[in-house]
Amino acid sequence: MSVTATATVALAATHHHPSLAAVETRGFLSPTGVEIAFLLVGLVTFGAAIVTVTTRQLVHAALWLVVALGGLAVEYLLLTAEFIAWVQVLIYVGSVVVLLLFGLMLTRAPIGRSPDADSGNRWAALTVAVAAAAALVWVVVDAFRATWIDLDGPAAGSTKITGESLFQNWVLPFEALSVLLLAALVGAIVLSRKANQEPDERKTPTAATGTTPATGPTLATAPATAPPAADATVPKPAPAPAEEPAPAEEPSPADAPAAPAAAAAPDPSEGGLR
Amino acid sequence: MHLAYPVVLSALLFCTGLYGVLARRNAILVLMSVELMLNAVNLNLVAFDVWLSKATEETLHSGQALTLFTITIAAAEIGIGLAIVLAVHRNRGTADIDKLRDTAERPERSEKAEASA
Repeated sequence: MSVTATATVALAATHHHPSLAAVETRGFLSPTGVEIAFLLVGLVTFGAAIVTVTTRQLVHAALWLVVALGGLAVEYLLLTAEFIAWVQVLIYVGSVVVLLLFGLMLTRAPIGRSPDADSGNRWAALTVAVAAAAALVWVVVDAFRATWIDLDGPAAGSTKITGESLFQNWVLPFEALSVLLLAALVGAIVLSRKANQEPDERKTPTAATGTTPATGPTLATAPATAPPAADATVPKPAPAPAEEPAPAEEPSPADAPAAPAAAAAPDPSEGGLR
Repeated sequence: MHLAYPVVLSALLFCTGLYGVLARRNAILVLMSVELMLNAVNLNLVAFDVWLSKATEETLHSGQALTLFTITIAAAEIGIGLAIVLAVHRNRGTADIDKLRDTAERPERSEKAEASA
């Protein structure tokens, strides 16, 4: 992180605790370079978040969400939490937004402006949100008026430090979380599959809709086949072989924390394909 | 860095997500707003963890560990949530949460099931 000249002078002149020495040279009206960068990126992030919740074009909302989440990753980098920043880029920007776009396509979201994107209680929601924002900002600014983050020295969130704390102090929650991820994976598969067994029991003769792919659909081919499949499935669901999702999802749960979203990615799409 | 910068940004992002959850009509847009709220909480956790890890000598880095856990649970939540939304869309033909007002199956479906049975 960049260090201002005054802070370095204060650090070099005094041999006291660094944070105590640096506190004396700080002020509200002399923001450091890190603070200015944080402010600018924060404005971009906040603006993108506002556009995400107010735009009437549904796909644009997902794309503005990418800007907001990427801006948050930059904020993590400015706070010297490097590992969390890259995890944010990998999981949120890489897979959660892709999942959301898949969901928008599979629910046949309208392309272009949709006049009914907001519900009727928009003004009540705006009132609640503005009141909550005013209360929260007032409380936190009043509470942490004289609190400073010391960003000098080694990074507080490098991969080494995060890994050591995660695998020395947080091993048990980490393993419990992996079990939870497995449960979420199985749950997503079951949710996608339970609705598909329903037409089998009722024996609806709708095998003529030949939109079910022969092999497991990859991420590239799924959007192309999604709209006709969704058209076919809503009036009368087509029965499909239940063995399809298994090969696409089996290799994923063994991966790193990026596995959940990547593993959960195929099942909603495949569930909607049938 | 003053602690107010990340904390105020986090509060504003949380309230933006709150507005989205309350005002949006499409279920997937509601899920996006929930993601915004979760990210605001993550920023709060990271900011306080960096502050406290430099202010004290011994620390467990609980804020960053909790942030990683939150990101993982958010990913699982979005997978399950989208599966539920797609199942609802298959059964009811809409993802509009203002139209999903009945807690049981609609009567014509049950009559059809009785007729088939």
